[in-house]
Formats: sequence, structure tokens, C-alpha cells
Amino acid sequence: MTDPHADRQDPLLRITGLVIDYRAGRRRWTPAVRGATLHVGPGEFVSLVGESGSGKTTLVQGALGLLPESARIRAGSIAYSGVDVTGWNDRRMALVRGNYVGFIPQDPNTSLNPVKKIGRQVIEAVRFNEPEARDAAQHRQAALDSMRTAGLKDAERVFHHYPHELSGGMKQRALIAIALAGKPKIIVADEPTSALDVTVQKVILDHLVRLREELGIGILLVTHDLGVALDRSDRILVMRDGEIVEEGPVRRVLENAADDYTRRLLDAAPARHSGRLEPASGPRPLPGREVLRARGLTKTYRLRGRGPRRELRALDGADLVVREGATHAIVGESGAGKSTLASILAGFASPDSGTVHLGDRELTGLSRRRLREVRRDLQFVFQNPFTSLDPRFTVSEIVAEPLRAFGLARGRRERTARVTELLKAVALDEEHLHRLPGQLSGGQRQRVAIARALAPNPRILVLDEAVSALDVSVQAQILRLLVDLQAEYGLSYVFVTHDLGVVRLIADDVSVMKDGVVVETGPVEQVFRSPRHDYTRQLLEAIPGAGLAVAGAR
Amino acid sequence: MLRYLALKIGRALFVVWAAFSLTFVLLFVLPADPVDLLFDPAEVNAVPPEVREQVAAGYGFDRPVILQYLTRLGHALTGDFGTSVQSGRPVVPTILDVLPSTLLLAAGALALALVIAFVIALAATSARRAWVRDLVEALPSGAVSVPVFLSGILMLQIFSFRLGWFPAFGDRGARSLVLPLITLAIPVSGPIAQLLVRSFATEFRSGYVTTSWAKGATRGGIIVRDVFRNAGLPALTIAGITFGNLIAGSVITETVFARQGVGRMTQAAINTLDVPLVQGTVVLVAAGFALINLIVDLIYPLLDPRLRAALATGRAA
Amino acid sequence: MTVELDALAAGRRAGFARPIAGRLGELTRQPILVASWLVVLVVIGWAVAPGLFTSYGPYAGDASASFLPPSAEHWFGTDRLGRDLFARSVYGAQTTLTATLLAVLIAFGVGTLVGLIAGFAGGIVDTAVMRVIDVFLAIPSLLLAMVVVSVLGYSTQNIALAVGISSIASFARVMRAQVLAVVTQDYVKAAYGLGVGRLGVMLRHVVPNSLSSVIALAALEIGTAVLAVASLGFLGYGAPPPQPEWGLLVAEGRDYVAVHPWASILPGAALAVVVIATHRISTSYRKDHRR
Repeated sequence: MTDPHADRQDPLLRITGLVIDYRAGRRRWTPAVRGATLHVGPGEFVSLVGESGSGKTTLVQGALGLLPESARIRAGSIAYSGVDVTGWNDRRMALVRGNYVGFIPQDPNTSLNPVKKIGRQVIEAVRFNEPEARDAAQHRQAALDSMRTAGLKDAERVFHHYPHELSGGMKQRALIAIALAGKPKIIVADEPTSALDVTVQKVILDHLVRLREELGIGILLVTHDLGVALDRSDRILVMRDGEIVEEGPVRRVLENAADDYTRRLLDAAPARHSGRLEPASGPRPLPGREVLRARGLTKTYRLRGRGPRRELRALDGADLVVREGATHAIVGESGAGKSTLASILAGFASPDSGTVHLGDRELTGLSRRRLREVRRDLQFVFQNPFTSLDPRFTVSEIVAEPLRAFGLARGRRERTARVTELLKAVALDEEHLHRLPGQLSGGQRQRVAIARALAPNPRILVLDEAVSALDVSVQAQILRLLVDLQAEYGLSYVFVTHDLGVVRLIADDVSVMKDGVVVETGPVEQVFRSPRHDYTRQLLEAIPGAGLAVAGAR
Repeated sequence: MLRYLALKIGRALFVVWAAFSLTFVLLFVLPADPVDLLFDPAEVNAVPPEVREQVAAGYGFDRPVILQYLTRLGHALTGDFGTSVQSGRPVVPTILDVLPSTLLLAAGALALALVIAFVIALAATSARRAWVRDLVEALPSGAVSVPVFLSGILMLQIFSFRLGWFPAFGDRGARSLVLPLITLAIPVSGPIAQLLVRSFATEFRSGYVTTSWAKGATRGGIIVRDVFRNAGLPALTIAGITFGNLIAGSVITETVFARQGVGRMTQAAINTLDVPLVQGTVVLVAAGFALINLIVDLIYPLLDPRLRAALATGRAA
Repeated sequence: MTVELDALAAGRRAGFARPIAGRLGELTRQPILVASWLVVLVVIGWAVAPGLFTSYGPYAGDASASFLPPSAEHWFGTDRLGRDLFARSVYGAQTTLTATLLAVLIAFGVGTLVGLIAGFAGGIVDTAVMRVIDVFLAIPSLLLAMVVVSVLGYSTQNIALAVGISSIASFARVMRAQVLAVVTQDYVKAAYGLGVGRLGVMLRHVVPNSLSSVIALAALEIGTAVLAVASLGFLGYGAPPPQPEWGLLVAEGRDYVAVHPWASILPGAALAVVVIATHRISTSYRKDHRR
């Protein structure tokens, strides 16, 4: 080596000027990573932050030699402790993976082999990565040790379980155990907690931090969540369109971001804002009398197969009151019953018992025809804008559908005029009229979905995780749009979300749900400042980005 | 678990019963005069009326349809499908006589087809070069596209007439089985291979394979340890289709190679409009299909721990 | 300022709309697909205007020219009666393809409708329809077709009818699966929420979105149906002998296969090429659709 500081220790992972292309056609390539450079030292916690399509996952796949066949490394180098592994074939890379670099994948639910017991999968990881052969008992012992290190307390029991018998958090720990089994020097984690609930996310990430301290390994965390990155990292890197646009210690980036995009990302993060968003048009109207009231809603799903254990109590006597012109947020983790509640409110499902009143009309037990009338006043926005729009319809057909169904606009011209007006209300223009959903971005699709919901002039919108599938910067725009629309049309929102950070931005009232029950309800400021229920407190503590809030408040 | 078992067995019995009823309607009710079907089409006009009446009474055609149906169903339940018009022998022994020969052919062809299908799927998955994979993946499509009668004739032409390696016709000895076996295995392997290629490719891209790569596993190891079991399971789901292909293929294979068997017997029975024999064969085939699907339904949960767990909690009731 | 981000995201997706020129360009890079289309078009030409492709008639024989091997004059050689086998194959295309088309139309029409009703109605209707479909699936289609032909009488139309009836079940099953998948989609739920009635939802959303994969199956089924029609012809359930039909041509040549192999192999090979071509086209359609 010609490095004058050759005696200085090489970083665990050093990526230099890496360029990765994807095949876009015969002999045509589009770059996904354009000259990325980064390094991770021993005992260092580095986060790589980027929105969808930024190339962060491709970068990590490149580092591990796990690129799909349609991708190639065009330039640059990847070195582990100074050993250049660029262009190594699978056989040689197999020696690096596992015992030098461990990998924690994104979705624990698909990342374990469903037909093998956890123990065997961990043992395999032990066996692949040891220099000399040992006997089965020692393998087993090593696997159990690794599982305990990963935070699985009764490792012996989990050892004999199949993946489907474990919760998401347990599966992710099993995957951490697999990553640790080869005694790696560095762990690369690709969005390890985005499929998990916030409280579980906190525990898993805290555990990673502890591993770094106890074992002295380096960690490269890939995430879309700036808050998650800022809370725990030593250094953070921000990636956009295949380039690393910002790099530095957390404190420096927070206080003095060099790049414009980083500053926008910071501003878009919900945790940055301490109060509610105000509409652009001026002060928002004060909430009025109640418009929607649910009382004692119960819903039990019968799962396939029979027997007492095959029932799932999704709602267990839930109450809810929504005031006119106000936003009522329903928060909870997966399985809390919040989506069931939303679909009962919208008339997609009927409760086993309990009532829903819209004004003085009762919604529950209506005939199909009467329900249709009610739906003019109450509309629904789905979580995923990629599935809620018919892929064969153009934007104008999609928005015109409720107009046609309710007979609201006579004639083609009137309908087109109304559609254009609605698109304008959600900040889309006429050029989008004839596009198909496939030609729109996620944010634009969600705008179309909102325009469609507004078409029959409803009084209430039920938004089921309506911003969860979107990138933070897009999410911030949609939230602002919702606040503006509320002021303009005097709408009431039922806003279902798992993200407490968003609640603070948009909601007046909040109901916290757990296991089908509303555990706490009240005005947002009150619930956030002095939560009465333990679970609410736990949720509030798990919100990532505490550091952001402090910096933002300065 | 018991409920599951009862449900599946009930379904299988329903299929057999419905096949019986369907063939009864097709063969005994729809034809204007079913008695016509009982005679050789060439001689039907020469039969004196009193003979016709006698035959009609013998088969019960002079009684109301519903009574005929119930009588036939009752007999069928005791394993009596009547007597063959051509040979005058009872239907069931007639079928049982030729069944072993077809079973041998079908079982051999199935085994060979499975080997071919798995080899194709493994080759396609482990191929590193795109053109090799494309070539291998095109094979199953070719296998289902070549008509069985053509491949049979080609086999005969090349291996019997040109090279003289195997006998052309007949069913004496193991050597006479080779050509029909290959001929039948080719079209049967096609759909299985297509399914396997697809499910191997899907599983190979799945999350747990990435985990295995990250553990430090090699390509061969991943295919053997992780992909094989998960990707092999779906092949069971088309067992019914495979069975149908085997039956249809054996009709033509046995005709081309002039082999004795259920397929050729069916063809002969249809040519001579031997109604009881046709009905017996169709019901037998439907029963075979139902039995195979029943077996698949019962062993699938044993191979997939997720399904097994679902059934076990069902039993707790 | 944040609006820029959205615009940028849209820009990245702009490559979706592929211009027709690009599609044609892509086609030239798939020579086998192009060849497949050529084969199918030529064979359709045979069926529509056989006279354009051969100067011989299908029945005109020359007893002195019995069993001539393939030559420039007789591309596929001649049969026992000295009839030109290429001409018989060309004319046979009409019989076989008409029967195939009829069979696929029957299976597609009835099967799709049954599958739609079962999938959309659900509940007891669905269960009942599915059990009936189980029965049809339990009898191999060739066997069922043989039984149906034996009842209806031997003719090409009846072969078409028989093959059509015996493949209704597979269409119904695919359509039902598609409908069930589409019905649970958010956009269908959304349409109900927007006040669209059940019939409207079915016609506007469910049918168009379910049909595409059934059409892919229909493309595949054309190949299968050609095979089934020819197989029944081969077994002798189709048109009576002098009439040219592909399966029958192979059967007629089969008795002389030891001495004059081309008499049955060349017409059979022509048949195989056509089926392979339809398979290739149907897979390209499915791949195209998946994007």
C-alpha cells in the first residue's frame, strides 16, 4: 500500500466512488448509485438516510455482493479492513459474508425460511463461518449463545419454534442472532425496523446500540427515518438520487446542515414541529358540535377453522366522538383495531354491536341504498394510493366516478369543469387529467385519491393511514394540503395513524387504542403533555427524533 | 383435524358420485334411443325389433329414467357397473384386467417426468448465464407443444425402425416399455417443469434466500437447503392436472404403441359405444383423481409447518 | 419548494408510456417472437385462402405418384393415393383452426361468465359452482371430449363442441380466482364508498381488471385446443377420411411410418410448430402484462 499512514488502522468498511447501474434495456443502463463514498470504523454507528428511490438499498446490496442480476458495478471499490473485494465472485464473497460482515434484512416476516426451525437456521450461520470443524453440540451451544446475545431471553424455547410461531420483533431478533452467529466485525442493517411497531422498533434499535458498545462492532444502519438515525448515530450520511449529499457527525448536521436537501428533510420531519400546522388561509375555525359519534363498537372476526381460539376480537367496546371542523386522530400499533374502527365508520364493515351516528342519522344496520346516501357526507381515503386507484382509469375518470355515481354533475362539460376544480383544490393541474395512476408519483396519487373523496362534498373524511406509505417530504406536503382543505371546506377528519409525530401536527383530539379498546382519549395537548395511561406514555417515549425536536425548538 | 378430514373425504365422494351422474345423463339419457348405442353402429339397422325390445328390457330402458338411475347407482355402489356390451363380461373385472399395465406405464412415466421437471428447474435456477437459462426455460413449453402422437411416431421411427434398439409394438418385457414411457413422460413433465421453474425463481428471489447469502452460504447450498423444499411443494398442487395428463396421454400412447391398457380399452369402448364400459372407466378415472387430490390435501399440511399449525389449533375445538 | 420533490419523483416514472415505435424496436430484438407471429399469420392465411399457398387440390391424387418423398415439387411428399401432403396440410388448417377457434370461444365465453358469477356472488353460489367445476376437472378433458363426441356423433363441429365443453372448467377457475383477487382490491372497496352500485362496480372495475389474465389463458388455450382437436382427429373422431384434417393426416400416414416416415411426421411437425408458436406468443403476452 502506498498510503503514507499505512500503520493507521483501516476502516471496517470503505466504499470509494461506487457507481452501480441497472439494466434499462439492451445495452442501456441507468445509474442507481453515482459515486458514493463512505466508511465505517470499529465501534462506530453510522446511519445512511434517504427517501425511496435514493439508491440506499442498492448501495448496501453492492457492499455485500447481493446485487440482483440486472445490476452491475461500473466503477469504484469496496474494501473490508483494507481488503478490496470489488468484483469477487459468489464463492469468495461467501467467505466475507457472515464471518466478516453480518446483515440484518428489512422484513423479518419474509426473511426466515418458513419450513425450518429457528435453531437450525442459526446453526447454519454458525457452521458456515467457522475456520475449523466442530461437533454438533458445540454448534448448538454457539447458536444459543448468539440468540441470547441478540436478546432472545428463552433461547432454548425459541430454538424449537418455526418462524410463523414468533412475533415480528422476535423474528427480527432471530435474524440479528443469525447476523451475529458468524462473529462479524461489522453489521449492516437495511431498514431493520420499518416493518415493526414503534415500541418494538425502539427496543430493537436500543439493542443494536448496546451490541456496538459490548462487542465493539461497527454498525451501518440504512433508514428512511431521519429521527431514527439522529437518535443513535455517531455520524449520518444523507443520500439522494444515488449520491451522498451530506455527511457528518449528528450534532453538526442537526445544527448546520451543509446541503439544501438535508435541511428540507429536517424541516419535513414531524418531530421538528412542536405545535399543530396552521392553514395557509389564516387561523382555523374552532371545532364545533359533534358530527360523528360511535358508541360501544364491538367486532369479532372468525378466522378460518373453528374453535374458541380461532376468533379475533378486533374491537371491544370502542367509543369515539368527532367534532365538526376538527381532526380526531386514532393511534395505536398493529392489531389495535384502529383500521377495523375506520372501516366500520365508513360503512365497509358492520359492527357486532354498538352504534354509529352521523349527525342524528344512525349508520349501523342501514340498507345498501340508504348507506349510499350517507356516503355523500362521509368519504374514505385509503392507506396505499398504489392500490386504491383502478390502474385502468385515467385521473379524470377516477375523480369523476363519484360525480357520476351520485348524479352530481349533469353532462360531460359540467363534469370536466368540476373535476378540474377538484384537481386544483389538491394542487394538481389539467395536464394530469389524462394520466393513468401508473404515471403518477405516490404523492400525486394520494392527491388524486383526496380529490376523489372531496367530489361529493362530504362533511367528514376518514383517512386510514393516508400518509404512512409516503416519503417524509411528500408526507409533509399532503398534511399541509389536508390542513388547508379542512379550513376551506370546514371538513372533519378521522385520522387513523400509527405515527404519534404526525398526530401532533394535524389533530385536535386523539384516541389511543390498544387491543380493540380506546385506552385514552382527549385533546392532543393534554394527552401529549400529561398522558394518563401507561401505554400512551410508552408510545410517546418510542417516537423517534427526540433530538430533532430539541434542535427544532431552539 | 377430523373436520378437515371429513370435509375432504366428503368432497372426494361427491366428485365420484357426480361423475357417475354426469356420465349417466350423457350416455343413458341424452341419446334419443340408448338402445342404438348398444349395438355396433354398422349393424344397428339390421337388428329385428323384437331383439331391440328384449335388449331394452334387459337393460331396463323401458322403465322411468329416475328408476333406471337409482338401480344403476345402487349396483354401482356394490361395485357392479353392468356388463360390457362387446365382450359380455362384467365391467369391473374387464377394467381390472388391463389396469396393471396402465398403472405401470403411468407410474413409470410420472417418475421420469418428475426427474425431467426437477432437472430442468434446477438447471434453470443454477444457470448463471441468461441465454442458458432462457434455453432451458423454453424446454417445458416445447414439451407440451409437441403432440403425443407425433413424438410417439418419431420415437418409433428413430429407435425401432432405424436403430432397432427397442421393439415397435406390443407389451412383452421391459424393453417394450421404454419408448411408451418416454413418450408419455415428455408431455406430462411440461406443466410440472413450468410450475417448478416459476416457483424456484420466486423462492430464489425471496427474503430468506438473501438471509442465507448473508450468512455466507453458497449458491449450490442455497438451492439444496433453502429453495428446494419451499419450491417443490407447489408441484403437489397440480397433481390432479398431472393425473389427467397421464390418462389422456396413455390413451394416445397405448394406441400408437398398440399396448394393452385402460386408455386403449377406453378408446375401443367409445368406438364401439360400449356404454357400461365407458361409464365404468370414467367413474374409475374420476375416483382416481379424487383419491389423488385427497392424498395431496392430507400430506400437504405434513410438509408445511404453517398449515400444520393451523390444523392443530382447529383440532383444539 | 417542497413541490419540486414531488415533480422530481414524477419525472423518474415518466418512462412508463412506451411509444409504439419503441415497442416495434423491441420486437425486432426478439426474433423467435417475430417468427412465431409469422407462423401463426401464415397458418391463418392457409385457413382463409388455401388456394394462394398451393397449386394442388386436397383431394386430387395421382395413383402413379404414390408415396413420393419430399421434393421441390411436393414439399411434404405425397400419400398412398398420390395426393400432395403439403396441399392437404394447407387445406387441413381450415378444418382444424375453425374447430379450435370455436372450442376456445365456447370455453372462454361460458367459463368466464361462470367464473365471474361464482367469484362475484360468493357464498353458496360460489360453493355450488366450484363443486360442479371440481367434477369437470376430475375427468381428464380428452376423456370427457371423447365421451361427448361419442354421444353427439363424429364430426369436426362436435369435436369443437366437445373440446370447448371440456375446457370450460379451467377458464371458470382462472376467472373466479382473478375476480376474487380483484374484489378485495382497495379500488373496488373505494368504488363502493364512492356510491357506485354493485353492477357498476362489476362492469366498470371487476370485469376489465380480471379479464386480462383470462385472455392470456385463452392465448395459451389456443395451442392446447389445437392439440386436443388434432388428438381427437388422430383417434378418428373427427371429419371422415377424405377430408383433410391435421390429426387425421398423421393417423393416415402412421400405417406406413416404417417405410415412408415423412407421410405422418411432416404434417405432425407442422402442427407442432404452430402450437409452439402460439405458446411463445402467449408467454410474451403474459410477460408484457406483468409490467
